[in-house]
Amino acid sequence: MGQNAATTAFAPWNDPDANPLIRFENVTKRFGDFTAVNNLNLTVYEREFFALLGASGCGKTTLLRMLAGFETPTSGHILLDGQHINGVPPNKRAVNMMFQSYALFPHLSVWDNIAFGLRRTKMEKDEIGDRVQEMLRLTQLEPFGRRKPHQLSGGQRQRVALARSLAKAPKLLLLDEPLAALDKKLRQETQFELMDIQEKTGTTFVIVTHDQEEAMTVASRVAVMNKGNLLQVATPGEIYEGPNSVYVADFIGEVNIIEGTAKIVGPDELAIQYSENAPPIHAKIETEGFSDGQSVSYAIRPEKIGVSLTQDDPRPNKVKGTVIDIAYLGSTSTYHVRLDCGQMFSAQMTNVRRIEHREITWEDTVWLSWSNSAGLVLVK
Amino acid sequence: MNLRRLLIVIVPYAWLVGLFLIPFLIILKISLSDTAIAIPPYTPTLDLSAGWAGIKEFFSELDLENYYFLWTDSLYWKSFVSSITIATISTFLTLLVGFPIAYAMARAPSAWRPTLMMLVILPFWTSFLIRVYSWMGILSTNGFLNNFLMWTGLIDSPFHILNTPTAVYIGIVYTYLPFMILPIYSTLEKMDISLLEAAEDLGCTSRSAFWLVTVPLARYGIIAGCFLVFIPVNGEFVIPSLLGGSRINMIGKVLWDEFFNNRDWPVASAVAIILLLILVVPIVLFQRVQQKQEEATV
Repeated sequence: MGQNAATTAFAPWNDPDANPLIRFENVTKRFGDFTAVNNLNLTVYEREFFALLGASGCGKTTLLRMLAGFETPTSGHILLDGQHINGVPPNKRAVNMMFQSYALFPHLSVWDNIAFGLRRTKMEKDEIGDRVQEMLRLTQLEPFGRRKPHQLSGGQRQRVALARSLAKAPKLLLLDEPLAALDKKLRQETQFELMDIQEKTGTTFVIVTHDQEEAMTVASRVAVMNKGNLLQVATPGEIYEGPNSVYVADFIGEVNIIEGTAKIVGPDELAIQYSENAPPIHAKIETEGFSDGQSVSYAIRPEKIGVSLTQDDPRPNKVKGTVIDIAYLGSTSTYHVRLDCGQMFSAQMTNVRRIEHREITWEDTVWLSWSNSAGLVLVK
Repeated sequence: MNLRRLLIVIVPYAWLVGLFLIPFLIILKISLSDTAIAIPPYTPTLDLSAGWAGIKEFFSELDLENYYFLWTDSLYWKSFVSSITIATISTFLTLLVGFPIAYAMARAPSAWRPTLMMLVILPFWTSFLIRVYSWMGILSTNGFLNNFLMWTGLIDSPFHILNTPTAVYIGIVYTYLPFMILPIYSTLEKMDISLLEAAEDLGCTSRSAFWLVTVPLARYGIIAGCFLVFIPVNGEFVIPSLLGGSRINMIGKVLWDEFFNNRDWPVASAVAIILLLILVVPIVLFQRVQQKQEEATV
């Protein structure tokens, strides 16, 4: 499927001939008056690790539950491998789900939990045993087969849940906040394990998460949702560097946003006037679609801004401000600077010198500078 | 400090010794005695004024005669068998009625649950005796149920329910239902609904998910409920007397007859001791199940 796209990178979404594994066609889901998912179109391709990202209540879990078969769309169609699956019950779908609570059967051992789904099929006893053993090996749970779920640590339980949902070799694995219950360090380790397992098994994963860092780490593509709408679907890099709205920019990572009016000052160059007393910010950008006097938001990531006590920085955008706060994070420091117009800006600098040699301190007057191409101009 | 500790430990032990062990030993002693036309109606009685010889004399007069009598007279062992049979059947019937109720309560919207729980407990606020009496009014040939059924035209002649085993089962199921519902409800209520979704996701139909997930998870509640019904029903006296008529012989009724009609305290005590021995097995099992459940929830 789509293998004829002779690209080295895995990007079936750029291949017009590729057949998607999942296709949402104008899917809407309402609960009473509440619209959880609003007229949504989305395609997910085979072998993808697809992340649905959004704040709680944005509709991402509803989307996942519709794929699993626990909810039926109010209108629209969902296709899995070209087949309509709207009315197909969960037990008849080649889709398995890993639950946020893990939902391990407390009365069954790890072994029996993993074998549970296989026993519902016509599989031979020996084959079931082999398959369970394979799953235990894959998730490094071999010594724990005889234990009951309550005798395991949180991380082990998470792996049992993963092994159980993968045992039937589903076409599609759904993961509902799979790492939310783990502590930070274990979560980071597990993210890489998940990616590793996804690659080994070749299963398509759809993961729901509210943690943007997690989504960026594991996913081939990320979909940002808000209030039942898909705001942007793109690779982690694209979504970080090129968010299509203020909401997405703000949701993914840290960003400084400043409002102003646009003026086209040259081919592919906009000037954004944000304050009467300061020179405008210049942005190298496709000017098509912008007009003079249009109100826009300018977004710039903190790590793209340099902080200096002098005006010597060659970068064209320069803004004067006062250091209000410095957050020392070890490898980097974040400077919170109040611009002369009153707006707060964050700038992140790598700590190339030892802390005792740091030149900039509280209440210093500093110059923030960044290049023309570092920021983005957003309309919504 | 140590004295306080000792006091805290001693109070429950004193309670158990004073109100359980000593009465049990008294009953055991009476069961080994002989009847007598006296007050109290048995011999021997311990006479401490005679000293060591009196105590020796006292023990030499105790024997197992009453137990031998229970063994030879078929009335008694038939009553025991009948009690255990009735208790077993009615425990099963109570489970059959109680489980769906507990299930419905546990799946009801959480705002309703306290009210439903209240409705289950509410009958306890009226006297047990009055509730059983009212069943007599409902079940008798000229009673409420028959009148209603004849009024609707469903039957031409009245059912004969009162003074049959059916009436006893109805009475027992009605009376002991809360003891079945509450432990099952408490296990079902704690159950995570996503377990059922997981079972369906892995290929179960909702029926097989019920048998493979819901029932095994409710098993401690089911076992507890069954013991809570089975144990007291074995010694039940009021329900078979009022609803079962003369044909239903349960051991509780025999016990009553021996004590109050025959005034044969020694035989009655022997019956009580045997009943206790029969019930010790399920009581021990019940406690083991409870212990296991506690271990599982830790």
